[in-house]
Amino acid sequence: MFKNPVVKRFMRRKVSVVAAVVMLLFILTALIGPFFCSQSPEKQNLTMTYAGPSAEHWLGTDELGRDTFTRMVYGSRVSLLVSFGGVISGSIVGILMGVCAGYFGKVVDTVICRIVDILLAFPGLLLAITIVTILGNGTQNTAIAIAIFSIPSMVRMVRGIVISLKSSEYIDACRVMGASNARILATHIIPNCMSQIIVNVTLNLGTAILTASSLSFLGLGVQPPNPEWGAMLSSAREVIRTTPMQVFVPGIAITLVVLAFSLVGDGLRDALDPKLKNS
Amino acid sequence: MLKYAVKRILQLIPMLLILSVIVFSIVHLIPGDPVSNMLGPDVPSEMVEAEKERLGLNDPLPVQYINYMKGLFTGDMGTSIVTGKPVAEELAKRYPPTLILAVGGTVVAALIGVLFGIIAAVNHNKFVDNLLMVLSLTSVSTPSFFLALILMLVFCLQLKWLPSIGLKSPLHAILPVFTLGITAVGFITRTTRSAMLDVINQDYIRTSRSRGVPKRVITYVHAFRNALIPVTTAVGLRFGSLLAGATLVETVFSIPGVGRFLVDGVLKRDYPVVQGTILVLAVTFVVVNTVIDLLYAAVDPRIKYD
Repeated sequence: MFKNPVVKRFMRRKVSVVAAVVMLLFILTALIGPFFCSQSPEKQNLTMTYAGPSAEHWLGTDELGRDTFTRMVYGSRVSLLVSFGGVISGSIVGILMGVCAGYFGKVVDTVICRIVDILLAFPGLLLAITIVTILGNGTQNTAIAIAIFSIPSMVRMVRGIVISLKSSEYIDACRVMGASNARILATHIIPNCMSQIIVNVTLNLGTAILTASSLSFLGLGVQPPNPEWGAMLSSAREVIRTTPMQVFVPGIAITLVVLAFSLVGDGLRDALDPKLKNS
Repeated sequence: MLKYAVKRILQLIPMLLILSVIVFSIVHLIPGDPVSNMLGPDVPSEMVEAEKERLGLNDPLPVQYINYMKGLFTGDMGTSIVTGKPVAEELAKRYPPTLILAVGGTVVAALIGVLFGIIAAVNHNKFVDNLLMVLSLTSVSTPSFFLALILMLVFCLQLKWLPSIGLKSPLHAILPVFTLGITAVGFITRTTRSAMLDVINQDYIRTSRSRGVPKRVITYVHAFRNALIPVTTAVGLRFGSLLAGATLVETVFSIPGVGRFLVDGVLKRDYPVVQGTILVLAVTFVVVNTVIDLLYAAVDPRIKYD
């Protein structure tokens, strides 16, 4: 059914396939979901606060009587925008830095490695919080924080691959034939890093969604009234005893989506490089 | 070994200096005027100027940095703009709870993660292995603030077994420490599993097995000791993310820790507080990393350092 060996290997593991379906559903919801919502995510109804699920409000309503289902759908768009926008732009910067560090070595390598060391001195969420402190909160700045957050792992990985590729014979052969640095990088080195880059991006996307929702939970990320899953969870936590559903809906959604991205990333790694299967 | 230790400790100095420069720069990198940001829009410009003069923000940058460093060395991190209290004093009070959470969480994560990792490796590619791998991924994917709220709902509000707010007794620490630990279990499980798989396939393990050494002894004594090195690194690395991740758990359980202090500082634009907390967290992380590197060198004589 699938001719491509990578796709075939990926499809063999059922967990990855299920995860891929969840991931695609999330992306699809974010892209076209809002067109199917009959209600506005910001329309308040103060006579209907914390309502339970009903035909009109599938997942109930929040503290201002806004429809939770609609807010979840719009929230997926915010999460997708922040995580994809952040991770992809961060990865491009990271790939360029990694390639330069690995290929040119010497001073370039030292400088880039030091920059990465400094970024890594701010563990996990602290880096994102520091960036948001400087830039201020909001959707766009959260995406920038995510971008910077995903640079270090990409630089380290790409640099490692480039260093090992650089000394291989076929690169020497290219150079002997007179290929320029730019040509060697663009046609030989970067395509050879691609499979690992794809895996890294997928795994980073999961982390990014988690980080973005953590920032919003703390009140430092996406700001109200924009619907964001972490922020929705945060405003519902006061009423966890009476309407736990308002906490569980965004919480489970974040967990599922992040899990899906991680599983797809794992599946892709195994499919792209069968030798690594055990590690 | 001693030479390596000295070298590694000396390497800390430039790193700490760079950290101090970055933390110092935060205030200067914020677009606009930090003082009018802090005081709010309705304050007359003379008051903004006076406040700037008082904080020394009109001095040339190098002078400001030197003054800042002088302050740091004498334990002066400035005063909070919101409360007017010294930042260092407040940090000293808030540091222990955060450290308890991060260290406790790391220990919980290491214990569960190592156990899961070994079990998964021994049952490689069997059902138990797959189940543990999915479980460990779920633990990494669940936001800690969500898990914290679920545990709080179940154990504090429904069953009423544990207190939910603050960190006044060891009983208060159980849920926050456990929550924080869970978020790191996945990473340690995976590292332990792959390290164990590497070791289990080596010749000396096969030799032991053929000599009739019990499987349990091989797994826990022969194999695990050699798998410990990558596991130690993984545990050390996680400590840093738990230190920062404690912020979320502190928020849910209303624990007065450094992380919560940082977030309140950011929300209220209390920049001296932000600078102090970021510096303390980053320095702790960098120092702990160095200590782990040194432990590593002490534990494994095979590794040569230059």
